[in-house]
Amino acid sequence: MERPVVQTYNKPKYIDDYPLGPSFTSGHLTEISSGMRTYKPIIDNEKCVKCLRCFLVCPDGTIDKSGDVLEIDYDFCKGCGICAKECKFNAITMHKEGEI
Amino acid sequence: MSNKIFASGDEALALGVRLARPQVIAAYPITPQTITVERLADYVEDGSLKSEYMYVESEHSAMAACLGASTIGARTFTATSSQGLLYMCECLHYASGSRFPIVMMNANRSTATPWNIYGDQRDSLSQLDTGWIQLYVENGQEALDTVIQAYRIAENPEIMTPVMVNLDGFVLTHTYELVDLPKQSLVDKYIPFKDYPNKMDLDNPMSTCITAGPAWNMEFKYQQHCAIMNSALAIKEADKEFEALFGRSYGGLVENYHCDDADAVIVTLGSVAGTTRIVVDDLRAKGYKVGLLKLRCLRPFPKEELTKILKNVNVVGVLEKDISFGYEGAVFTEVNSALSKLDKMPKTYNFIAGLGGRNISKEDIKGAFEKIIAYSDSKEIVNNVEFVKLGCE
Repeated sequence: MERPVVQTYNKPKYIDDYPLGPSFTSGHLTEISSGMRTYKPIIDNEKCVKCLRCFLVCPDGTIDKSGDVLEIDYDFCKGCGICAKECKFNAITMHKEGEI
Repeated sequence: MSNKIFASGDEALALGVRLARPQVIAAYPITPQTITVERLADYVEDGSLKSEYMYVESEHSAMAACLGASTIGARTFTATSSQGLLYMCECLHYASGSRFPIVMMNANRSTATPWNIYGDQRDSLSQLDTGWIQLYVENGQEALDTVIQAYRIAENPEIMTPVMVNLDGFVLTHTYELVDLPKQSLVDKYIPFKDYPNKMDLDNPMSTCITAGPAWNMEFKYQQHCAIMNSALAIKEADKEFEALFGRSYGGLVENYHCDDADAVIVTLGSVAGTTRIVVDDLRAKGYKVGLLKLRCLRPFPKEELTKILKNVNVVGVLEKDISFGYEGAVFTEVNSALSKLDKMPKTYNFIAGLGGRNISKEDIKGAFEKIIAYSDSKEIVNNVEFVKLGCE
């Protein structure tokens, strides 16, 4: 699984070097952020056709497409279930944490 | 050759907006602003203004729509008043914090309750801390000219801050005068369309309204503060450049009317400055050394100009259509704060007048001058916040 390379953003010395208002290139979370997950998505690779719909709709960018099959980065997946809802092949199902 | 039109304050402002050619207008009608948005809808309908007019369901949505349109670089306009402004309040902070140059007209009107549709300035003065530049006008011509200037100030890349143009409900919005209409080609030259530095761009994608926690937040607020402080210069420059092109100017941040040798000065804002000017002329003719200082903007607050003009004055009266319950008029607090920087601070007196649209007459202002002249010689400590023409004891 590939995670984006962490780039540190140093505090500018001068106020003029700050971005104008809160408009700035999107960043990535760099610390594990998934403790609130109640339901966990599981991909069934038998059904998955790698259409990448889940990759596009995941609000946290946790679908990794660098390998042979799609993988979910559970360190960052919050369990929102959008991927499961959107999957046209029912290849993603939600399971209660601790019960699988 | 001049192009004169007989128009109400609301219509004059709408004419100014048409000349500024906003690409998106989103507004919800409210008395006494209604005529402005009706005229703009007419202009869009008859094709004389090519703009997307959004009929939104509330003022909150109006500001949200302007914010969205501004995000992709569109020039925007909205207008509101009183409760509408207050309903919009949450989005006012979003607009200024996001640094999008939205221009808004606010028809100054009393706030509920008791319910009242007439003019006072309690609506906008309660919003001084929203991060908007606040301009106040004296007549229809100034409303028309100022809304054009507002785009130049707001869209200045160094400023990028929304501007609120305030005109008194009914006294200005519903009274008619002859206004001079600037030439479209000159207005286009004065406020050319250009890309906003923070606009959404497919080639340079960004997120907007990012989170900034304790480690980052303060710098963004400081940046906003710097922009509004710097806008003082931009407002003066915009007024000067306006004069060069159109032959009219309004003194930049303040207007000094006979203050230089005055013993007593009344500081005020909006339409009542016009009445005060006439009273100053009358009293000057009788030998009184009196003056008027008209505040054209409240944010940024013209501290430097105010202290420079008033440093040799004995007594200053602040006449305002506002009360900050439990203390004094909001403008009085601002003026006192600025004057306290002087080595010898003039005595100050606050006149709270015109609440809920009660008329402020020439006699009232003459009485106010007499009061402060007597107060400047008085050794007695008196309550210096007075409700003018209060109908009871």
